[in-house]
Amino acid sequence: MNTITDILATMDYGTAPEDSAIVRDWLKKHETGFGHFVDGAFTAPGELFEVRAPASGELLASVTQGSEDDVDTAVRAARAAQPGWASLSGHERAKYLYAIARHVQQHARFLAVLESLDNGKPIRESRDADVPLVARHFYHHAGWAEIMEDELPGTAPHGVCGQIIPWNFPLLMLAWKVAPALAAGNTVVLKPAEYTPLTALAFAEIAAEVGLPKGVLNIVTGDGRTGAAIVAHEGLDKIAFTGSTEVGRRIRRETAGTGKSLTLELGGKSPFVVFADADLDAAVEGVVDAIWFNAGQVCCAGARVLVAESVAKRFEDLLEKRMRQLRVGDPLDKNTDMGAIVHPMQLERIKGLIEKGVSEGAELVQGTAPEGCFFPPTIAMKVEPASTLATEEIFGPVATVTTFRTPEDAVALANNTRYGLAASIWSENVNLCLDIAAQVKAGVVWINCTNVFDAGAGFGGYRESGFGREGGREGMMAYLAHPKPKARKPEAAPSAPVGQPGEALPGAGARIDRTAKFYIGGKQARPDSGYSYAVSGPNGPVGLAGLGNRKDIRNAVEAAHKAKGWGKATGHNRAQVLYYLAENLSARAGEFAERLTSFGASKTAAQAEVETAIRRTFWYAAQADKFDGAVHQTKSAHVTLAMHEPLGVMGIACPTAQPLLGFVSLVLPAIAMGNAVIALPSQTHPLAATDLYQVFDTSDLPGGVVNIVAGERDALAKTLAEHDDVAGIWYFGTKDGGRMIEKASAGNLKQSWVEDGAARDWLSKDGQGRGFLHRATQIKNIWVPYGE
Amino acid sequence: MTTAALPDQPESLSNHPRNLGTPLDAAMFEGRAVNRSAAERRAATLTTRRSVKKTYQAAWLVNAIRCIDLTTLAGDDTEGRVQRLCAKARQPLAPRIVEGLGLSEMGLTTGAVCVYPTMVPHAVKALRGTGIPVASVATGFPAGLMPLHLRLEEIRWTVDQGADEIDIVITREHVLKRDWAALYDEVAAMREACGKAHLKAILATGDIATLRNVYAASMVAMQAGADFIKTSTGKEGVNATLPVSLTMVRALRDYGDATGHRVGFKPAGGMKSAKDSLAWQYLMKEELGNDWLQPDLFRLGASSMLGDIERQLEHHVTGRYAAAHRHSLA
Repeated sequence: MNTITDILATMDYGTAPEDSAIVRDWLKKHETGFGHFVDGAFTAPGELFEVRAPASGELLASVTQGSEDDVDTAVRAARAAQPGWASLSGHERAKYLYAIARHVQQHARFLAVLESLDNGKPIRESRDADVPLVARHFYHHAGWAEIMEDELPGTAPHGVCGQIIPWNFPLLMLAWKVAPALAAGNTVVLKPAEYTPLTALAFAEIAAEVGLPKGVLNIVTGDGRTGAAIVAHEGLDKIAFTGSTEVGRRIRRETAGTGKSLTLELGGKSPFVVFADADLDAAVEGVVDAIWFNAGQVCCAGARVLVAESVAKRFEDLLEKRMRQLRVGDPLDKNTDMGAIVHPMQLERIKGLIEKGVSEGAELVQGTAPEGCFFPPTIAMKVEPASTLATEEIFGPVATVTTFRTPEDAVALANNTRYGLAASIWSENVNLCLDIAAQVKAGVVWINCTNVFDAGAGFGGYRESGFGREGGREGMMAYLAHPKPKARKPEAAPSAPVGQPGEALPGAGARIDRTAKFYIGGKQARPDSGYSYAVSGPNGPVGLAGLGNRKDIRNAVEAAHKAKGWGKATGHNRAQVLYYLAENLSARAGEFAERLTSFGASKTAAQAEVETAIRRTFWYAAQADKFDGAVHQTKSAHVTLAMHEPLGVMGIACPTAQPLLGFVSLVLPAIAMGNAVIALPSQTHPLAATDLYQVFDTSDLPGGVVNIVAGERDALAKTLAEHDDVAGIWYFGTKDGGRMIEKASAGNLKQSWVEDGAARDWLSKDGQGRGFLHRATQIKNIWVPYGE
Repeated sequence: MTTAALPDQPESLSNHPRNLGTPLDAAMFEGRAVNRSAAERRAATLTTRRSVKKTYQAAWLVNAIRCIDLTTLAGDDTEGRVQRLCAKARQPLAPRIVEGLGLSEMGLTTGAVCVYPTMVPHAVKALRGTGIPVASVATGFPAGLMPLHLRLEEIRWTVDQGADEIDIVITREHVLKRDWAALYDEVAAMREACGKAHLKAILATGDIATLRNVYAASMVAMQAGADFIKTSTGKEGVNATLPVSLTMVRALRDYGDATGHRVGFKPAGGMKSAKDSLAWQYLMKEELGNDWLQPDLFRLGASSMLGDIERQLEHHVTGRYAAAHRHSLA
């Protein structure tokens, strides 16, 4: 018997184990348990929980369950450190981040081995993907710290950030959170996931090694209770969370009204669209990278494979053949394609969903996996859009395959989801690719590639995949605040509108009666309720306005959705309409000024408000074709386009004061960017806004782009905030109203912007700016590799 | 034009029937997409997804030796030079290494030697009785821009001299002008001229440049009856690369799926290290399976690669890093 002869007969790969001795020594050194990393030092271990290697079940370490007190101590340390950290020059902060990047590289193999042990992902991934991306993230953000003052003027750090990260890319998610936060001058309290806290603790040692000032980075370990304590802590200025949509929604509700800034990077069910002219082998390998990377435990995993019916058979054959080549097993074997599932609980969840899918008619094709916490690579065929496997995020190595007929069909299926994180599009036709990229609702679109990441591009979702971006310039904006204007006196809650007939109106009987209706879908509409309320002036009522209700909102949202062409029109086309609007407003300036004086404004103030409204309309007309995206510098032979896209249909609740200018200042940036709007005008003086619809009518503004419903602002705004088909809401009103809006917006995780209605003097420079345009858009990053 | 009634191959060369070819069928390749970026990505992960260590590595390197077409294609080749090459092909590893590997009984040789036509008689003589096939380039190698009848005559002459395998070069112009019929006819005529000798079609992938061209040219060559498709002459600006090889083996797989014929693959040029030999073997195993790790379906066209493999194997046997001057020259 000769081993070499035997091997020559089978040509097996054998095993190629990565040595873990150095990491195991480190774990041994800490075998009495890890404390938290607070104020530059590790605390004594407290109440401990076990951290196990999912692949073997062996105990790796014991880690402290963070209490409310632990969180509080960490927040205090971060608070104390923040002013000093922020007052360092960008260059000083850059030096620290650069040092971290360097040390991550110097400890690269240590971190990779530890990550694979703790998480169960193959060493190939932790070595070739996770850790290099971590280093790249710190290098990139060292750069942002250096040039922030020049490149992002007029911004300031939020202060202290609470950050909660998931278990699928433990160290990489830490980097995505910590690097931009520190670069911007924030300090951090971070909680790693309870399944995978070890690389965060190793990272804390690296932070100490590079001499990061104490308190700048604090790491508190623990489970969901610790996370809840972070979310609830009053001493934090910002919460950043990556994890499930369910928890994200809870965080949105719990932080409502607290003034905490919030970014959420949540779940996904990303489409992977294969057109008939695609390189099918390339697309098959794409599926490998999409759903069998990290065993599908990837929020942006291309889990829904949509394939053109004409090539489905060939594609499925190739895919199955490729799947059978995958090796599932020991994460520390360099020949392993897919490692362990992170935790037996997650494995049970995957199994449960699969059982459900099979009972609903899905047919499985599966590879093999060893006993234990492993799940085989799986293709689920015959999955219809209605089935569980097509709608639920499985977070496991399961791709569903569904066929489509036409590009329209593909887009409809791709967008048939609550989520909007990523999409992958495969075709050799660049026209088709970019067309689909534009139509798909996703924050990241990969053309002829998938799961490509770089610190220089933004990552984050549309819809219920959350809001905010990580990476690139847009990612920095998530850790910087524009200075917030403060109200000298907060807006008082307007008195409830009374839908009863009342006092005589000025000029009653003398001139022809004028009715202010709502404006829905380009048509004047009577209130569904059939009630009107009196609009007061300085000396009693000056007119009647319709009293809107839920159904008016419903109708307005439907009308707004029909105005689809507006978002697709060129910036130039939109600008033309807005210029024309300004022209027509100008022609009727006197009339509008008169209306404002009737509410009690002085003549000068009224004229100034109208003049500013006209000028502002020009300003947003000018911006309509100039608020450009960017081409990010990411990888070689890739174009990465960061495109501004409108949110879609937006609700806007206007402040009570400056009823014309407040309305114009909020509605114009939204529509300049291509959104369709349901606007709730000043509750007390809606007539200045309803007068505008005649201007809209004469300015070629397509029906449905601006819809106006008057009435009780908070009740109407609540309906908008709760509406699942509204993508964003701006609310300028009372503090209580703001809290209500943020809470109500959690349903579909719409982007919300809430501010005291009295905070801005709309006549001042606070009344306009790029900040409004940022809020009216979301960024889609489209990756286009090239080369023939 | 058909390629029916081609003569059979000598039995020793293959475990499977020769590729009989098919009529020219452009539908099998025209419009076939090959995405360069994706091919590059896949090629890059071949060597990061797979790794062979210790005894497995030794075995895989031994397998590479079995598949090497040990090559000399230089203007200063002489009888003596070819004799030296053949000696190395007969005994690719120093006896102490063979013994250390426990392979004394195996009779390990390279897959073939590969020389210019006029060197064939020297090689045949030097390899008599060894069973090692003699391969020769032909058809106006490397540019191939000679009149067709002279190229065919060159093949016949070389086969006459005892060559078992003929590495032909295709007319790149036919590919660049998409004249598939001309390419098909040319290769089919060459196959006929080869008779019993196996035909390896060199596509000169560095010249035809795009992966779509590589795929199409591979398919035409196979339809015309090529026994092997081969990447390069070794004289183009770019020789064997993994993305090109990936494209060719996928064409080969697709041809096999459609016709049932098995065609071999030979990357050539630019591969110098033991590590390269492993990378290409991973490619073959992952894309096509174990059958394509055998010399009847897989050859590595290389010269200096063997030296590096020998050094690695000596290290495996002794645990010490080896020096080239302690191994015999090829």
